[in-house]
Amino acid sequence: MYVYMYVWHKFCSNPVQLLQRTCSKPGKRRRKRGRRIGKGSGNMMGHESNVNPTLSKSTGLPRKRFYRARAHSNPLSDSHFPVPVAPSQFDYSSHYPQISNDSKKIEFADIGCGFGGLLISLSTLFPATLMIGMELRDKVTEYVKERILALRTGNPGQYQNISVVRTNSMKYIPNYFEKGQLKKMFFLFPDPHFKEKNHRRRVISPYLLDEYAYALAVGGIIYTITDVEELGEWMKSCLERHPLFEPLTVQELEDDPVVKLLSTATEEGQKVARNGGQTYQAVYRRRTGPIE
Amino acid sequence: MEDPNIDDGDQNRETEIAPALIAVHPAHQSVAVAVGSDLRVFNLQEGCAVTLGDGDDLDGKSSTNVHKDSIRAIRYGANNGTLFVSAGDDKLVKIWATTTWRCISTVVSEKKVSAVAIRSDGLFVCFADKFGVVYVVDTQGISGEQGSTNEKGIPILSHYCSIITSLEFSPDSRFIISADRDFKIRVSVFPKNPLDGAHEIQSFCLGHTEFVSCLAFVFGQDYPQGLLISGSGDSTVRLWDFTCGALLDTCAVGTEAGYLETDGKEGECRPAVTDLCATKDGSLVAVALQSLPGIMLLSCDISARTLSVLKVVSISEDPFIPTSLGSGSLKQFLWMVMGVSSLQGSDLACLARVRVLSGFSKSNIATLEEHKASLLDDKDIPGRELVLQKLQGTLSIEKEVLSSAAEAVKTAMRNLLIKKHYPVEKREYRKRGRNDRKNKQR
Repeated sequence: MYVYMYVWHKFCSNPVQLLQRTCSKPGKRRRKRGRRIGKGSGNMMGHESNVNPTLSKSTGLPRKRFYRARAHSNPLSDSHFPVPVAPSQFDYSSHYPQISNDSKKIEFADIGCGFGGLLISLSTLFPATLMIGMELRDKVTEYVKERILALRTGNPGQYQNISVVRTNSMKYIPNYFEKGQLKKMFFLFPDPHFKEKNHRRRVISPYLLDEYAYALAVGGIIYTITDVEELGEWMKSCLERHPLFEPLTVQELEDDPVVKLLSTATEEGQKVARNGGQTYQAVYRRRTGPIE
Repeated sequence: MEDPNIDDGDQNRETEIAPALIAVHPAHQSVAVAVGSDLRVFNLQEGCAVTLGDGDDLDGKSSTNVHKDSIRAIRYGANNGTLFVSAGDDKLVKIWATTTWRCISTVVSEKKVSAVAIRSDGLFVCFADKFGVVYVVDTQGISGEQGSTNEKGIPILSHYCSIITSLEFSPDSRFIISADRDFKIRVSVFPKNPLDGAHEIQSFCLGHTEFVSCLAFVFGQDYPQGLLISGSGDSTVRLWDFTCGALLDTCAVGTEAGYLETDGKEGECRPAVTDLCATKDGSLVAVALQSLPGIMLLSCDISARTLSVLKVVSISEDPFIPTSLGSGSLKQFLWMVMGVSSLQGSDLACLARVRVLSGFSKSNIATLEEHKASLLDDKDIPGRELVLQKLQGTLSIEKEVLSSAAEAVKTAMRNLLIKKHYPVEKREYRKRGRNDRKNKQR
């Protein structure tokens, strides 16, 4: 623990140095999402002796700095967290305790939801739709869980339709969703995995799109956005070549209220906007397969 | 600080053994056994051993050594059996013509191959690797030249980085079904032009709680397209309607065989199902269970869509735990093999023991008790001693060697496919040696 703190201090106390370090190797750019959050790094453990120091005093929401996570998690490794054996065994009552309609199913999935910004925006936009965030990093999931609970307490009756699970969506999508169950899937600012060797770790890939097409209903929409040009092209070409997806027209994109949220709702999107970065989005619809 | 036990995971990998495999020609013309890198074929019609002709070395030296590493999958073409495919850890998929036993094509895979399948018309061969990718080979293009080695498979689908344990075409060839160690069975539509990929997923069969080890089909009048049965490391055999992914019945064969879950946390008491073999009419299913000396026969009632244990044929006189099963559709023989690629403390490099069960069919459900499945003596099996000489490599195997082989077999598949749980200390120890951490501390 001591070593970790020491290294962390050294690493984050000088943001300029950090920037230089990351930029010194072009093409080896890494994404350190977890590291840069929380500016008061000197007071890491917090000296206030509140009842629950991880919740902010003013807003009642959890504070990110108590949910620090490693920026990356290996999607290829064997996972030992619990996964429902089949979609029918997914425990809706614990995730959506106030939704009484048993036959209602999850229709939106935010894959790699991160700190949950999109879910929270969507929750009020589509109050009658059940949605779930899926995140591989344990601590980040904990944060989103606390955030949703805090929002539910702070706004009675609201935010009952969102929840989060810690899972590896690249492996376990079929364990959560039946065929054609989903209406929308979101892949916002995924890990770019620049090295060719690591392309198979990308969350959008020709093979994984087969599984997403399975989970999506015909007419369901897949939303992707990134600030990395290379990854943007990759995601677009994967979707373009896949026989079960077709692009939305310009008019449809303009009419879709969700498209505007892609670059504004998430923490990562806000960061990109702050830095004046460009974003690359690809929005495609699940269509019926070629008739044999 | 140094813990001597920390690296036993790596030691396990070194002593990893490949279980022996057996395949029987659908018309009972020949039988093949693979142990380690050895492929042994016996012609049952003419009663003689087959010399394999590899396209690569025609000078005829050591013709059984056609593979350079452990063979992990062998199979005859489903309908007429004119094709035979063998593949394994040497990353080669060899396609043989069974009339001449010449290798008509060698396909080079990028990774170790774990499963193969042949479409019933023989036009396409599929194989799967340990990274979860399924490839297709168009056999029409290769029938001309002999032994071309620069063939490559075309990837059609992928399980996300999970070893594919079994690969099957559905009986009507409309679907390709792949099972993996992440408990999944995926049913994909096999398209008209498979070279473009199999993107449309028909269903997932989900219900197993451990790796899925084997697949088989049963047919009936109500289900002419067939039902799927699967065996798994969770010690169950399950019956599925694979077109919709519905679980129809579960048979806890481990419990039925008397292996009670007394020591739940260790998981040692749940023997994995290693292989399944169904009769042509689908009413009878043979189950090989790790650590069960013998074979379990399940009766499958297709119209009621149930599986139930019929009887256990125990083979106890010398320890025999089958690692692989095979049967031709015409004769009522169930061929079984127990064997391991390498055995510690034994000079027998590739040990295999072949046994045959006769009466592997169930003509009348009413006569359950008089069901006459019985184990044949070595002198009574088809092909007699000659076949054993060829397939086992030797006629008689000492009892001690057999016992140690049986011990090794008990855990072989489980060790291969189980998700390993490392204790926290071990994980911390590994993390300390991680490269990025080392650089930072400097």
